[in-house]
Amino acid sequence: MSQVVLFNVFNGLIVGAFYALMALGLSLIMNLSGVINFAHGGFLALGAYLAFTMMPYVGFWGGLVLAPILTAGLGLLVERVLIRRVYGRDPLYSLLLTFGLAFMFEDGMRFTWGAQSLPYQVPGWLLTPLSSEYFFLTGYRVFMVLLVGAAVIGLFVILNYTRLGIRIRAGTLDLETVSVLGVNVRILRNLNFGLGIYLAGLAGVLAAGMLGLQPTVGTSLIMPSFVAIIVGGLGSLPGTLLGGLLIGVASGVTTVFFPSATEAVMYIMMGAVLLVRPRGLLGEEGRF
Amino acid sequence: MNRFDLDKQLANLLVWAVLLSAPLWLRAAGGYTELGVRVVVLGLAAMSLNFLLGYTGVLSFGHAAYFGLGAYGVGMTLRYIAPSTGLAVLIGALTGTIAAALIGPLIIRLRGVYFAMVTIAFGQVFYFIAFRWNSVTGGDDGLTGWSRLPINLGFTSIDILHDVKAFYYVVLIVFAVCVGAMAWLLRSPFGRTLIAIRENERRARFLGIPVDQHIWISWVISCGFVSVAGALYALLNNFVDPRALYWTQSGDFVIMAVLGGMRSFWGPLIGAAVFVVLEDYLSSQTENWMSFVGLFFVLVVLFFPRGVLGVIRRKVAS
Repeated sequence: MSQVVLFNVFNGLIVGAFYALMALGLSLIMNLSGVINFAHGGFLALGAYLAFTMMPYVGFWGGLVLAPILTAGLGLLVERVLIRRVYGRDPLYSLLLTFGLAFMFEDGMRFTWGAQSLPYQVPGWLLTPLSSEYFFLTGYRVFMVLLVGAAVIGLFVILNYTRLGIRIRAGTLDLETVSVLGVNVRILRNLNFGLGIYLAGLAGVLAAGMLGLQPTVGTSLIMPSFVAIIVGGLGSLPGTLLGGLLIGVASGVTTVFFPSATEAVMYIMMGAVLLVRPRGLLGEEGRF
Repeated sequence: MNRFDLDKQLANLLVWAVLLSAPLWLRAAGGYTELGVRVVVLGLAAMSLNFLLGYTGVLSFGHAAYFGLGAYGVGMTLRYIAPSTGLAVLIGALTGTIAAALIGPLIIRLRGVYFAMVTIAFGQVFYFIAFRWNSVTGGDDGLTGWSRLPINLGFTSIDILHDVKAFYYVVLIVFAVCVGAMAWLLRSPFGRTLIAIRENERRARFLGIPVDQHIWISWVISCGFVSVAGALYALLNNFVDPRALYWTQSGDFVIMAVLGGMRSFWGPLIGAAVFVVLEDYLSSQTENWMSFVGLFFVLVVLFFPRGVLGVIRRKVAS
């Protein structure tokens, strides 16, 4: 029994890591530009499909490196051409714009790669269990947790120690002042969007090896990411990370005891957080 | 009566003339009566959403949940409780309204994108309940095994199941009651207060208006009417499935409101008509209609943010 629980906690942690990776990107974009990017799931799926298509040429590792970069490149372009036009307007319009984009992404991928699930080949040596007692600890899962951890640490290093990151954080607090100080805010927002999309692309490639490849993989991950942001606290990146892991583990544990509530439990958690602490676990008071 | 009022009366007259005569010319115009019912039902949903979105200035992206609750209320009543269409609609509307009233206190203090995000996420709870509770809701396959039943008025009975025109007029009567109630509310001091909150929330607060309470009431009213629309939608299809509750449905309602014009009373109905006809046409023409609907969203936002009535009003004013 304890092994089953442990298995599901670990599973939940992995799923939570996906939520967190996706939610961190969403949070970055929302904090600086005030845009909820519904198309985030579309970018995630695109990253996965790009890695799949590249696999015969560059292998698994090449795909892991290149696909998120290409996805981020497309993100920069989409921001430059479309998203930029709705900054400063009623948030309603950015919601509708990215909503439409999400539709186009999902349908475009169904058109290009088909609606059926595609097999995503992970190197064989990563799939063997590391220990016979804990059968679920395959190399790929451990590797995935490590990689997500590395990506999160990388993100916090960028935000805290590079000029770009410091400007992003400053812009989150007061974009106007940052602009007056001579920072090109248009480029800043563009790069920040790209950074968020990079995380989505990375999550996509990792998810492909774990959840399989379907056009709907992104749409199914976006709602939990919202919940992660709300539970963790809007405006707080550590909060988003915590929120993602928490709801992942909560779903995992619920699967053991009450499988049909696997998805519902995170929304119940969200309700509880909003009731007791409306700003979220680590959110700042009075920001929203 | 000044000119503006006169224009308004003319617009009302025109809308009702079109709605009342629709079954007579829809077929000749290349449509069919069910399509007309769809427009009226989704128009009611979009107008209900606009009560909150356009007149209170609160951005809800989760109205599909209450629409779907209304629909499931009807389906489950007819399947499990009693063979009465009227009772089913009543129970459907109550289900959605009560759910909205309970969730309201959790969300009324939030604003802007945060409100949108929380409403859309909360909507998913009901989606997963409908999706997972197979034995009662039919799960992913939807709730079947029931159909709308003739309405028994005592002296006569209206066969809305086989006579689609009769069904259209019954739906139109419900629509008229709901829309009339909303128009009446908006003209009342309460409605004016909502508009004041939309225009300047801080000032409204300083004037002593209990803003959160007003937003809660407006939210419940809006969700209540949207669940009536959901109830009618279930009757139209004789079927409910979890997609009626899914968050993409909420986006459809918002785009209808924006497309027709959020700042006008009839705007969302026009938006719904355009959207329904377009979707009907696209899904008959191409498998990739989703891409076109998505593109349509993008184009509306970029080039047509004021909506049909917003543009017309501007032309008239200049």
